[in-house]
Amino acid sequence: MTINSLDPRITRAEIPVDNESTWTPLPDMDQHETYEVFHQEKRGDQPTHVGALHAPNPEMALVFAKEQYARRSRCVSIWVVRTRDIHTIGVEDSDVFETTPAKDYREARGYRVGGKLTEFKRRRAASNE
Amino acid sequence: MYGNLSVIDAQPNMPSEEEDPKLLAEFEAKIDRGEKIEPHDWMPREYRRQLIRMIEQHAHSEIIGALPEGTWITRAPGFKRKMALMAKVQDEVGHGQLLYSAAETLGKSREAMINDLVSGKSKYSNVFNYPALTWADTAVIAWLIDAGAIVNQVANSKGSYGPYCRALERICQEESFHLKYGYDNVVTLATGTGTQRAMVQEALNRWWPPIMHFHGPPDTVSVHTEKLVRWKVKMATNDEMRQEFLDGYVPKIWDLGLTVPDPNLHKNPETGLWEFTEPDWEEFKRVINGDGPCNKERLAVRRMAEEEGRWVREALKRPSQKYVAPLA
Repeated sequence: MTINSLDPRITRAEIPVDNESTWTPLPDMDQHETYEVFHQEKRGDQPTHVGALHAPNPEMALVFAKEQYARRSRCVSIWVVRTRDIHTIGVEDSDVFETTPAKDYREARGYRVGGKLTEFKRRRAASNE
Repeated sequence: MYGNLSVIDAQPNMPSEEEDPKLLAEFEAKIDRGEKIEPHDWMPREYRRQLIRMIEQHAHSEIIGALPEGTWITRAPGFKRKMALMAKVQDEVGHGQLLYSAAETLGKSREAMINDLVSGKSKYSNVFNYPALTWADTAVIAWLIDAGAIVNQVANSKGSYGPYCRALERICQEESFHLKYGYDNVVTLATGTGTQRAMVQEALNRWWPPIMHFHGPPDTVSVHTEKLVRWKVKMATNDEMRQEFLDGYVPKIWDLGLTVPDPNLHKNPETGLWEFTEPDWEEFKRVINGDGPCNKERLAVRRMAEEEGRWVREALKRPSQKYVAPLA
């Protein structure tokens, strides 16, 4: 017995009512490898990570990425890369990026000359009097 | 589109007491500070389990949700509506893909999720076990079911799990088109001929009970909400979401001169809350557990699609393929 549906396409497909009994579970890797997707919304933007997808090869990954991540919103370029080719320091290790206040000589805020300059001007003005 | 976050959860809660108290405290502090949790962060087992369950059910709902509306693509009234409905159905399937990726970051493979869907082990939103009998049903689904889903998804997009929030933000942007499209269709019918008005009213009558089921059982009987709220897995209770939905959409329904098939539905001016006849929660449970008008057909169609697509996936397979979970 096949499914008699409100949807004529489903009725025409002649799907057995009990296809559960013949179903073999999907094997691992049935959905292929994982790719990460990056896009640029407009020229001049940094390429930004937007998500992931499954594809059997880079060409198909680009086709899927265009459908998946550039279907509705603005986009001028798309990159894909196999997830396993990306090396990361993840947020779980974000403490490696912490630095000590003693290292502020490496930053703009480590340099303040205003006080010295004011003092210098004061002394010069005093000696000219 | 999605609802019923707290559908059936057969497994018992995993007690937090078994977790490392120091790690648990750090995790909860992160959430309290409004920081997102990312895939490789430490997280309680119960948090992981609940998120997998929730995101997976959400993904399945998108995929199965494409079926009742897809029914009408071949018979849509006019070319423009046919194109629009195809775009909407394509969006739903795309949302399923985004959500499966988000769930994968928590450690469950896509194949395992699909296997659990077609074996009936994991659930999807109950509303999709009902048929779209007429074109007007698709209009009501696109307007009101999607509206209910947006209430839920906007709330959850402010949750604590990074990949899920990011997927939901993208989904919500796209859903706004669905809502406008659905409203446009309902307005066209409601402002049309007597036959068209009757058609949309009948569709609304049919869909009202599933719509009232959509956000899940009342808070008084909904289990394990408290911890999930604390962990920002659940961002609003079922009752809060139902109230927000009623507040936004019942006035719009009445505005069209349509009626809601519940004589007790009104807003209490003192409490500011909507009062209504409790929908039949026994029916809700029965349908979720497989005994709805379309459950068997939905899963049979899904199985057929997986089985008949298998040779293509097989042909594209390469021996060097190696699975890794998505990064973020």
